[in-house]
Amino acid sequence: MNAVTIAVDLAYLLAALGFVVALHLMNSPATARKGSRLSWLGMIVAVSAALTSVIHDATITTTGWVVLSVGGVGGAAVGLVMARRVKMTDVPQVVSIFNAVGGGAAALVAAGDFVRLAGGGGISSRVMIATVLDIIIGPVTFSGSLIAAGKLQGWVDSRPVVFPGARLATAAVTLVGVGGGCYLLAGNDSTWIVILVVCAALAFGVTMTMPIGGADMPVVVALLNSFTGIAVAIAGFVINNGGLIIGGALVGASGGILTVLMAQAMNRSVLSVMMGGFGTGDRGPAGAGAGAGAGAGGAGIRRISAEDAAIQLAYASKVAIVPGYGLAAAQAQHEAAQLAELIGEHATVFFAIHPVAGRMPGHMNVLLAEANVPYTELKEMDAANLEFPTVDVALVVGANDVTNPAARRPGNSVSGMPILNVDQAKSVIVIKRSMGHGYAGIDNELYTDPKTGMFFSDAKAGLAEIIASVKALVAS
Amino acid sequence: MTAGLMSDIYMFVLAILVGYEVITKVPSTLHTPLMSASNAIHGIVIIGAVVTASQARTDAGYVLAFVAAFFAGMNVVGGYGLTDRMLQMFRKRPEPVSHDGKKELS
Repeated sequence: MNAVTIAVDLAYLLAALGFVVALHLMNSPATARKGSRLSWLGMIVAVSAALTSVIHDATITTTGWVVLSVGGVGGAAVGLVMARRVKMTDVPQVVSIFNAVGGGAAALVAAGDFVRLAGGGGISSRVMIATVLDIIIGPVTFSGSLIAAGKLQGWVDSRPVVFPGARLATAAVTLVGVGGGCYLLAGNDSTWIVILVVCAALAFGVTMTMPIGGADMPVVVALLNSFTGIAVAIAGFVINNGGLIIGGALVGASGGILTVLMAQAMNRSVLSVMMGGFGTGDRGPAGAGAGAGAGAGGAGIRRISAEDAAIQLAYASKVAIVPGYGLAAAQAQHEAAQLAELIGEHATVFFAIHPVAGRMPGHMNVLLAEANVPYTELKEMDAANLEFPTVDVALVVGANDVTNPAARRPGNSVSGMPILNVDQAKSVIVIKRSMGHGYAGIDNELYTDPKTGMFFSDAKAGLAEIIASVKALVAS
Repeated sequence: MTAGLMSDIYMFVLAILVGYEVITKVPSTLHTPLMSASNAIHGIVIIGAVVTASQARTDAGYVLAFVAAFFAGMNVVGGYGLTDRMLQMFRKRPEPVSHDGKKELS
């Protein structure tokens, strides 16, 4: 071990330390940005170390340099443009695409190592095991994330796509992938089999993600994030690099935690999400039968107008806004923020945010932050639930199952689901297009509560009407 | 089983535990930036692309290294760019006081 190797390894350690401290700094919005910059610094240290090592060893060919720099700089430019240009509502797609390329790169690194050593019979079983794992997980992440991004963007049908024989196709590609993997592990270093396994894994990623509904995307994006981390860590095993192992493992853990949290918040198991076929597309329950609902579910509910809602809001001293998936789908975050600012002139306002509001974990917070809502007004579920008993008016916009008090009772499809205790507020206003059900498919008892007023409207248009009415009231 | 493999496995398992400890403390308000930040961290795979490029000697090897470098470069720069852009939107309270109603109630 010479001085350069030691220095390079120490640099990797330093980078890993930077990543851990960076993730630690993410525990508060006040320090998070500092954390992100520290992480970037760690990355620069790690990449510099890798380049130093390569230069010192002098193994790289001129073509290698050209390939590396053109590819790296080209990719960086594309990534930078995407990161700069993306609208905040479209962040989940872009995160999915970065997952895809991360997983893809991990698989390519493993494949590159294989191609170099293939034919000589000199691949140790340790490298072979890691390679086989990587050429399976990497491509699954790659195609799965691209399909997820397509569903989020609307290029691929966001409804669960289940075609006859889908399960059979999944089983077949699984068999080919596992069979091919075993053949490689048995000591056969055939490039054709590697290609076959990669293709099977790509197909598996597609058949895995297609049947999953749009509403389950928060779980899927988190899970694929975890897969990418694991793929990168395994690539670290292939090329024997600690930086990749630690970085990948951190991401694997983070994605894993978020996957479980999201599934819990939706009251579903990760397995049932992955089995798919659940729920509908993006605009399913919100859009289906708009207008019909008011008549159908008329019994026991109290309908109110925008003016009624405005009067309640104008005279309240503490208001909670509960934004849900419907608000994100209607892109009404700017209206919500504007209303909050308006009411904030005479009352305390906060947003009560359920973990699955939005299209990826925590997405609603980003949308509201972009709409200039200060983060001190964004309250997590537990903090919000402490406040509800003292809230005068809770304004629910496009959220359904996550506010159903039935969840606190056993014996129904939302039982045990963590909810926002909106029913504890002194009065409730619900903006909703119809009485249609949420994903759980049951009636929301909140709507028939005598203190609840239902304002049937689209989230964006309804909020705009309320804003106009409140302004008229305040002005007079 | 070699000593090198053992220490790699140690590193992997311990890093998962550290990640678990650190990340469970992140509030759900920041889950999207967290995911984007971890997204950027797995851009460390660019080191893998550097190694692949340095060892490539065949056309197939160069092609693989090129695509790996492209993907990893996109991942790392895009990931950090997006995270930073999101985090700068999280601010406390906007400085300018709203135009009307200033100190009206006091």
